[in-house]
This record gives sequence, C-alpha cells and structure tokens, in this order.
Amino acid sequence: MTRKQLFLLLAAVLLSLLPAAAHLFGNPYLLSLASRILIYGLAAASLDLLLGYGAMISLGHAAYVGIGAYAAGILHLHLGAPGLAPALALVADSEVSGLVILPLAVLAASLAALVIGALCLRTTGMHFIMITLAFAQMLYYFFISLEAYGGDDGLSLLGRSKLPLVNLDNDTHFYYFCLFCLIAFLLLASRLVHSRFGLILRGTGDNERRARGLGVNTGRYRLALFTIAGGSAGLAGALLANHSEFVSPGLLNWTLSGELMVMVLLGGIGTLFGPVFGAAVYLLLEEGLNMYTEHWMAYMGPLLVLAVLFARNGLLPLLISGRKRHG
Amino acid sequence: MLLFCEQLLNGLQLGVTLFLMSAGLTLVFGIMQVINLAHGSFYMIGAYVGATVALHSGSFLLAIFAALGASWLAGCLAEALILRHLYRRRHLDQVLATFGVILFCNEMTRIIWGRQPLFMDIPAALSGSVQILPGLPYPIYRLAVLAVGLAVAVLLWLIFTRTRIGMQVRAGAVNREMVAALGVNITLLYTLVFGCGAMLAGLAGLMAGPILAVEPGMGESILILTFVVIVIGGIGSVRGAFIGAVLVGLVDTLGRAFLPLLLRLLLSPATADSVAASLASMAIYIFMALVLVIKPKGLFPAHH
Amino acid sequence: MKKLLTGLCTLALLLPATSFAADTVKIGMITTLSTKAGYLGEEIRDGFSLAMEKEGGKLGGVSVELLVEDDEAKPEKGKQIAQRFAQKDGIKIMTGIVFSNVAMAVVPKLVRDEVLYLSANAGPSDLAGKGCHPNYFSVSYQNDNLDEVVGQYVTETGHGNVYLLAPNYPAGKDHLAGFKRYYKGQIAGEVYTKLDQADYAAEIATIRDAKPDAVFFFLPGGMGINFVKQYAQAGLGGTIPLYGPAFSFDERLLAAVGEAALGVKNGSQWTHDLDNPANREFVENFRKAFKRTPTLYAAQGYDTAMLLASALRQTGGKAEPEALRQAVKKAEFASVRGNFAFGANQHPIQDLYIREVVRSDGGFTNKTVKKVFTNHVDAYAAECKM
Repeated sequence: MTRKQLFLLLAAVLLSLLPAAAHLFGNPYLLSLASRILIYGLAAASLDLLLGYGAMISLGHAAYVGIGAYAAGILHLHLGAPGLAPALALVADSEVSGLVILPLAVLAASLAALVIGALCLRTTGMHFIMITLAFAQMLYYFFISLEAYGGDDGLSLLGRSKLPLVNLDNDTHFYYFCLFCLIAFLLLASRLVHSRFGLILRGTGDNERRARGLGVNTGRYRLALFTIAGGSAGLAGALLANHSEFVSPGLLNWTLSGELMVMVLLGGIGTLFGPVFGAAVYLLLEEGLNMYTEHWMAYMGPLLVLAVLFARNGLLPLLISGRKRHG
Repeated sequence: MLLFCEQLLNGLQLGVTLFLMSAGLTLVFGIMQVINLAHGSFYMIGAYVGATVALHSGSFLLAIFAALGASWLAGCLAEALILRHLYRRRHLDQVLATFGVILFCNEMTRIIWGRQPLFMDIPAALSGSVQILPGLPYPIYRLAVLAVGLAVAVLLWLIFTRTRIGMQVRAGAVNREMVAALGVNITLLYTLVFGCGAMLAGLAGLMAGPILAVEPGMGESILILTFVVIVIGGIGSVRGAFIGAVLVGLVDTLGRAFLPLLLRLLLSPATADSVAASLASMAIYIFMALVLVIKPKGLFPAHH
Repeated sequence: MKKLLTGLCTLALLLPATSFAADTVKIGMITTLSTKAGYLGEEIRDGFSLAMEKEGGKLGGVSVELLVEDDEAKPEKGKQIAQRFAQKDGIKIMTGIVFSNVAMAVVPKLVRDEVLYLSANAGPSDLAGKGCHPNYFSVSYQNDNLDEVVGQYVTETGHGNVYLLAPNYPAGKDHLAGFKRYYKGQIAGEVYTKLDQADYAAEIATIRDAKPDAVFFFLPGGMGINFVKQYAQAGLGGTIPLYGPAFSFDERLLAAVGEAALGVKNGSQWTHDLDNPANREFVENFRKAFKRTPTLYAAQGYDTAMLLASALRQTGGKAEPEALRQAVKKAEFASVRGNFAFGANQHPIQDLYIREVVRSDGGFTNKTVKKVFTNHVDAYAAECKM
C-alpha cells in the first residue's frame, strides 16, 4: 500500500467516524462544520478538474456553485407551493423532491457552464481568467436584481430536500449524504482523468499546438471538461443551499471563486483529493483565527502568500511524500 | 441634448480614471506576464495616504507627492518581496499570492485607519463648477481629473514612442528573453515598471479620494472594472487600455443614464426601471463578452 | 508529520468551548466588523459593552459574557455564526445583526429554536408583520420608520415634486416605500442604482435635468458618502435640498462627507442632543470611553443592553425563555430615546425626529430640529398575528 492510499484510507475512516465523535463530545456544531467542509471540498475538487487537468484557470467557478444553489432554492420553493403542474405535484407529494431538485440543479449548472464555456474557451491565458471572472460578475448582478427570488436579500428555504431512505433534515444523515456525494465525485473524476479523455486534456494543457497537430479537437474536450466541472460545482451549490437552508448572490461573488482557488492550491493542484484537504485547512484556519482575532484576514493574507511561495505543490503532496518533491 | 453632452463627459471622466488604473496593470500583464490582483490595493493606498496627508497638512500638493510616493513604494515592495519570485510560475500562483496581498492590505487599512471611511476635500482652487456650455455647469474638479488622465495618456505615449526606456519596455513586452540578451537590466526594468504602474494606480486613488468614499475594500470595485478594460483593450497594450477604458466608461455611464428612458418606450415604467437597473449593472460585462466573442484577444492585442 | 497534523486538526475540532460558571449568562453578538460597513458593528458593540462596563461586566446584577463575531455582512456567514453560538456555545440570547438581509436569513430559524433575539439595528418588514415571533424583539426600529418620518416632514414642508434614489436591492425598495407611505406629493422620478456604485455623475445629471423640488435618497454607508459629495460638487447642494434617513448621516460618516452634507435634513429616532437623563449619561460616558460622539447604532446597542439588564434583573438572572420574554416585553428601562414601549408586534412605539447636519467644534454633527411623530407605530403591526 502506498503512502497515498494509506492516507486516503485513514481520512475515509476518520470521516466516517466523525458523527460518532460529535455525539460523544456533545458538539453537534462539529457535524455542521464538517458537512460544510465536505461541500466546499466538492466544489474545490471540481475546480481542480479545470485547474489541474485542463489548464483552464477559471476565476468564476463560484458562478456554477451559485447557479446550483439557486436552482435548488427556486425549485424547493415551487415544489412546496400549491397550484403546481400535476406531474410536478406528484413528485412534490411523494416526498422525493430531492430526486428532482438535485439532478436539475446539476443540469442547470452544467448548461450554464456549457454556454459560458463555449464563449470563454475562444480565449486563452489571461484573457480566459478575466472573461470567466466577468461572466461570474454578470451572473452575480443578475441574481442581485432577481427580485422574485429575494434579490440581494437571498432566499430562505424552509427545510431540506426530501430523498428516499435518508432524512436530510437530520444532520447526521445529511453529513453522510455529503460524504457519499463527495466520494462518488472523487471516484468518477479520478476515473475520468485517467481515461483517454483525461490524457488528451493533460496533453493539451502541456502543449496545445502539439495536440492539435495530432488531429485532436482540443476545444471540444475542454468544453466537455468545463461542463462537467460546472455541473459538479452545481451539485456542491445545491448541497450548500440545503446545508444552510439559504441562498444568496454572495455565493456568486468573485471572492468565493478566489477562496475555492486557494483551497485547490493549499491542498495540491491536480490531485483531486488535495483540494478537499485544502478546503478543510482553509475553513478550519478561518474558524480558528476568527476565534482569536477580529482581524483574521491580516493573518490569512500573509499565510496565503507564504503557502504560494514555499508549498508550491500544496500541502497534501507535502504530507504524503514527506519532504521530497515529485511531479 | 445638454443632458447627453453632460453624460458623455461623465463617461469620459470615468474612462480616464479607469485608464490610470489600467495602464499600469496592462504593462505588468504584458511585460512580466504576471497577474496582479493587488493592483486595487495600490489604488487604496494612494487614496488613504493622500487623504491622511491632505487632512493633516491641508496641502493637496503635499498629498499628491505623498500618495504617489507611498503607492510607488508599496508597488516596489510587493514586486521585490513577492511577485519577483512568481514571474516564472503559473498564473494560478500569482492569482493566489496577490489575493493574499488584498486580504492583508484591506485588513491593515482597517487596523491602521479604523473602520470608518476617511474624508478628503477638493482642493480650494478646483472647487465649484464652470459653465462649459450655456446651461450646463460642470464640476471643475472632474474636469481636472479628465485633464490629468489625458495628460498621463499623452505622457505615456511620448515615453513609449520617443524614449529609450520606453522602447526597452515595449520590446520587453514582445520578447523579454531577447531584451535581456541585449544587456538590459531586466530585473531593474521590471521593478521600475511595476512601481510606476502602482504609482499610476495610486494617482487614480488620490484623485478619486475627493469624489468617492475612502474606505477599506475600495480597490476591489474598481479592480474588476480595470480587468474588463484591459481585456477589452487587449492585454499589454497601453493604447488598448486607453480606448478600452473610455469605452467602458461610456457604456457604463450612458447605460445607467439612458437605459431606463429607452426601455420605457417598450415596457411599463415600473418594469422598465427594474429591468434597466439590472441591465445597467450588467452592461459592461455584456459588452466585454461581445468584444471577446468577436475579437478573442481584445481590440489591440500586443502579442502576435 | 502526517499523524501529528491529523491529530492536531482533530484536536482543534474537538476542543470544547471554554466553559464558565453556570450562573454566567452568555450573549451572542453577530455583527458586521469587516467590509466597508465594519464601523456599524463596532458602534453597536461599543454601545453594548459600555452598558456592561457601567455595571462592572454585569447586566442587571447578573454576570454576563459577551461573544462577538463578525458576519462580514454575509447572510451565509451570519447563519454559520448563529449555528455555532447555538450549538457549540449553547447561547440562548443573541443580538447585533446590522443588515436586514443577514437578519432575514438568521433570525427566523433562531427564534423557532427558542433563542431570544433582540435586534440592535436591522428591522425588516417581514419580521414586523407576518413573520413576527414571540422570541423576536426589535429594540431599534422597523426599517421604514426613518423614511416615514422624512416623508411626513417633506409633505409638511410643502415640497410637491420629489425625486427618489435607492440601490437596486430589496431594502432599497422598502425604504422608498416607507417614504411614499407618508409623502403626499408627486414623484419626479425613481431611480435604482447598482449596489456599491461609486460614481453617481450620471444619476446627478439626470436629477438636474428633471428639476425636482427635493431629492430623497436611501444610500447607506460609502454609497451615501459618494452621492452626497458628488451632489454638492455638481452644485446642486444649494439648489435642490436633499433628504434621507439617518443611515447616511451618522457622525462617523459625516466626518468623511464633510461640508457637503451641511444643512441636510434626515430622519432618526435618536440624536445625541436629546434631553433626558439617560441620554446625557450615555453620551458623556461614551465620549469618555471611546473619544468620539456616539452614533444612533451605538445608542441602539446601549439600549439593547439596558433592556436586557432590566429583564435579567426581573428574572433574577435566570435566562429561562418564557420569564425572560415577559420581562423584556415590559421594557422597564430608561431608554436614551426617552419614550419607549413595545407594540403588539414587539417593535418599538417611539417618537421620531427630523434632524439637521450642522457644524460642531472641529467637525459636523446632527441637531434635532423637530419631533414629527409621537408614539409612532410601524405600518406592519396589524399584519402580526401573535
């Protein structure tokens, strides 16, 4: 067993035992915090698909998280409302609203990513960074002025989505559901990046001209990856909406895009599992610093700079491989 | 018609402020291939230092020197301590490190100057307004901002086309290895360009001080606009930055001013107002998307 | 290395909250200390802690512990903090939220979970009307109050054609609606600007063109500074008078606006020059402790603490929900506003004033001009079924 596998196994065991520990210590907040870490981990890992495997530096990933969250919030609102189309009403009554809400949220985010990606991928390099940012800002202002759904005030959901077998309103169930989503995503994504599809993408990331010379239509592959990453971020968004039972345009703000990037880099870019670890470190640091000082950002900022300068490949590879560095 | 002229002027004035921000940033992008999110922080430093000096000394002239000096220094420091080590790294690392710098600068202004906004007055000589057309008074200070912005644009144009250092900078934007091989001290040149870019941002911040609230986080609102300008103009091109800035200024101002009127022709007043407000806040982003769809490298790409 | 780190992380997660003696009452303050609006939360916190200092760290003879957390003006963040306060620290009394959107996200769930929430600032209409709740008290105002008083005053002044301006978000629309409820004249135009907009040149030009009798605007924080300064610079300050709620004219903002705000009339429920003993004591102590003049936010924080002190004194230090609720509802404390009582929807019934920005020694401040409403009840009280 490699160190990496050992580490992942350890992490999985720890994570699955966490609810028991939370109950033991009588600290239900721990569970909620851990669920949030898992969700942000999912969002960060989906961004890692773009950053680490597609060489697409998107500074607008929060947009898809936000769209997923809003799709979940809006559907949740309407599924609970009277006077629904009969087909939808059937779903709403049968206590499985989540089966509609979650897939539709993913679909909405994927569609948005498909359209925005198609436009953005016409550009490369720094232009790409900027245009993804611009689209996210555009959507941010769109949701701010979307009065029907709360505008800047955001949208409060009463209760969480309903699924068969699990009761998401129960924090332990919700935690395990998030863990399930995250692990499912990580497994699928790691299969994806090790497939022919992933190889081509990494090839194009290294040298686009060469890939094109080999007759590969790189644009289509990148767009597919962009869409997948967007959809996965949408899932994270839908979970986040359920977690806090609240959605607001703040989710689409560019600072969240920045924070997701920070998580990816902290954990280790191009490692898929690393960003989850990065999300945990970032959120715990924020939580911890916040307890000791009001000015936590004055510490977080320099920490980030140091992390960039000295932990080039992120913390997870550093942890797994000890001090030596490898590709 | 008078209203239209006034709005046009407003748009231009916003445009040149954006140009001051964009000129430095686009050079840093173009020459050093480095993304600097912290450019807005230099703008904020210029405004804060300027406001403080103006308040305590009462001299706007002194405030100008202090603000320019402080932002130049901050720029050089940031370059020497952080960005210099990131030139050959991924854009991603640059984004993250400068994101960290933003967090730090915002929090430091809160620690040093407190949480409330700072006051900065218009210098006495530039207060009041003049009739630029019969029936159209316009604040002198805004005209002064317009003039300074245009003067800087001309100055930059002269430096780039007429001086040796300007040529080196331009050459560096096209092929930095070649310039280094020709014996130009590229490290010094980079620090210099970076410092000057920061100084221009500081100048923009200082001039915005009397018009806008001097507050923590003021840099980010304009930073995003600056990015839009640079991308529209084409990264690395000062000429592009100028035209992009003016276009963005005009689109933003005219959109806010005339979209409600335009939409009222089609919709009921209440819906028109609400739709116009949403559209106006998204106008520049839509404009940018349009430009990039038609010209993916911006209007005046510097690299070929 | 690896084990050490994992161990540390787990430890950090599991560390229980510092536990205090059982007779200490914990109070959670969720407020905005960072972002551009950071000073608002600072004022509320300082006002609240001033009341605690007065009793040497106690409220109503009961020792209390105040936990303050920054919500960064984000609803999500506010929810997280509320959850932590409730679940980890076991806090049953909370206060402090500055912004209505944060309050709307946080408060409904809190009060359902039997937490007593005393609002020291935000007073969204929904929580005053349909969403009212026995565990929710607004000590400050209902949001529309400060606009209603201006609406009434503008009508009394005889302005017949007023131009309205607010940011394009729900609170902006609420505030304009509050103004229109008591304003009887014509509306020259109604403009919604981008949230956090910096440059208002385009809007000001349009106002000049529309030639209204007066302008009413709601632009909180930095937006207000920008607008007022640019309005004066455009030469409109002397020709078309400005009106607004107090949010753009607190003493700390006035320091940043300077002369441009001179003479502007604004509506408030409190000013530092109100002549009553409680207020004189508060203003004097506040100036001594913090070297600045308190703003209305500080007064609200102080009143919230004094109200809680009166309630704790009645219950003998027990934070049992029902008893505490009854005690709070009596509002038996000396408010710095003078008249103060809770209405049926547990929002204040209070006097509302128009004040004017004037010069003070070395700076600018507000002077009470006129009491417009006496024992004013908010517009949503009737919708509250409690």
